[in-house]
Amino acid sequence: MTTPLPKIRVRGLAKSFGEKRVLDGVDLDVPAGTSMVVIGGSGSGKSVLIKCILGLIEPDAGRIEIDGVDVLSLRPRKRRAVTARIGMLFQNGALFDSLPVWENVAFGLMAQKMVRRIEARARADEILGQLGLAASVGELFPAELSGGMQKRVALARAIAATPDILFFDEPTTGLDPIMGAVIDGLILDCVKRLGSTAVAITHDMASARRIGDAAAMLHGGRIVWSGPAASLLESGNPLVDQFTHGRREGPIRMELRA
Amino acid sequence: MNLPADVFAGIGRPVLGVCFTAGRLALFALDGLSHLLRPPFHFRRFGAALVEMAYFSLPVVALTAIFTGMVLALQSYTGFARFSAQGAVASVVVLSMTRELGPVLAGLMVAGRVGAATAAEIGTMRVTDQIDALSTLSTDPMKYLVAPRLLAGIVALPMLVVVADILGVFGGFIVSTASLGFNPTIYLHSTFTYLETMDVASGLIKAAVFGFLIALMGCYNGYTSRGGAQGVGHAATAAVVSASILILAFDYVLTQLFFAR
Ligand SMILES: Nc1ncnc2c1ncn2[C@@H]1O[C@H](COP(=O)(O)OP(=O)(O)OP(=O)(O)O)[C@@H](O)[C@H]1O
Ligand SMILES: [Mg+2]
Repeated sequence: MTTPLPKIRVRGLAKSFGEKRVLDGVDLDVPAGTSMVVIGGSGSGKSVLIKCILGLIEPDAGRIEIDGVDVLSLRPRKRRAVTARIGMLFQNGALFDSLPVWENVAFGLMAQKMVRRIEARARADEILGQLGLAASVGELFPAELSGGMQKRVALARAIAATPDILFFDEPTTGLDPIMGAVIDGLILDCVKRLGSTAVAITHDMASARRIGDAAAMLHGGRIVWSGPAASLLESGNPLVDQFTHGRREGPIRMELRA
Repeated sequence: MNLPADVFAGIGRPVLGVCFTAGRLALFALDGLSHLLRPPFHFRRFGAALVEMAYFSLPVVALTAIFTGMVLALQSYTGFARFSAQGAVASVVVLSMTRELGPVLAGLMVAGRVGAATAAEIGTMRVTDQIDALSTLSTDPMKYLVAPRLLAGIVALPMLVVVADILGVFGGFIVSTASLGFNPTIYLHSTFTYLETMDVASGLIKAAVFGFLIALMGCYNGYTSRGGAQGVGHAATAAVVSASILILAFDYVLTQLFFAR
């Protein structure tokens, strides 16, 4: 019997910026309908990794397969069709600051599914409501929101069109603990109820264990450990142990980054 | 010491650099224009860009044109008086405005207003990941941000130049009749006697080219900017400077094409 095809399969992914090798042979499998948490130190290349998968950064070497299709060898238009099925929450939100909140949230719906503006508006209000934002927030512009509200709007925008793959770059940083738990619940809901496949980057161990089925740690340009998210705190791997317990002493030294 | 090689390298590097940039700019322009032929079309974005470029530039362009027309009348009257050719004032005003000053001055004013704003807006979107976000939301950033602005530039500038031509002639008319003692009827008559369709048409074609250049330089510099607020500021400056120089260069080339035979 063959193992089922992973939704996302990454092999030997490498990327350097100038002299600096950020990714140095990353291997990663994300089975369909599961969520994967990626942890790793600041500057270890987590954001670069998912931007490579999204096609926003061109890797130097390696393979990226989505549903078994090697996306790096596709022509740009085909590739865009594949990556259009991925929803992304950017680390800094990246909300369109010239558009009101509701148009931000409904952007993907209007672009892709060609729904009319009124329906899109109703759908945007509904999603904002699930994230604890009143419909009146929809009229505001991103610059008028608090940091945590911006994060939630960015999350709403990422999930509005119910893409079948979701990337979250630090979904709960900057949120209070209760709102963090609400967001975690929402992410879980997307995975369990809608069957999406999710990859989440997080520094929050509680959140990692809540939302992740599996977890992987990126260090030194490679995945140094992967396993069930539930075992993050007792992985037996010294790198992961030091990271998840936040110890100063251990194999990971704080490097001076160039 | 390797003098000849250094000299060649010193010449070659900037030349290659210019060729490289010109090539990338041409590819960028073609890519942007090609989106005007392929749906979906972003009519809203086109409308917004047109309003920004044409409507909000009206006051600046109108003032520039009126004063230019007034100065033209005054200068050519006092200058031509030396060889008793004051009668040519009306023709000089209308020909200078329609063929040359209308498009060039409107182009330079709009380059300052809109070129910088476009580069800053798109540049900010670049450095805050908003352009990346567009492509994750099934929207091609070239189609959404660049193509509508290029078309708006091509449409807006000729509209502005029609206004500039009329107001420039009007400015000349005011000065000539009110302070230089021309008879209004005769002035208007001689304004149109020697005016040919080609004079106006060439100006409008120039305007369309300049509008395209302004939008292109704004979009290109913004789109390729990097490095935070400083990078965005640099993009805005580069957009205005490069658009202004290109306008003057293309003005010469187009004039040569239209009128030198
Ligand atoms: N566009 C770029 N140009 C040059 N270097 C880059 C670029 N993007 C990322 N880097 C470098 O790649 C490294 C990894 O960056 P990345 O954003 O992936 O870190 P991260 O793991 O997401 O960290 P954090 O947890 O702080 O977000 C950093 O050292 C950064 O300087
Ligand atoms: Mg990051």
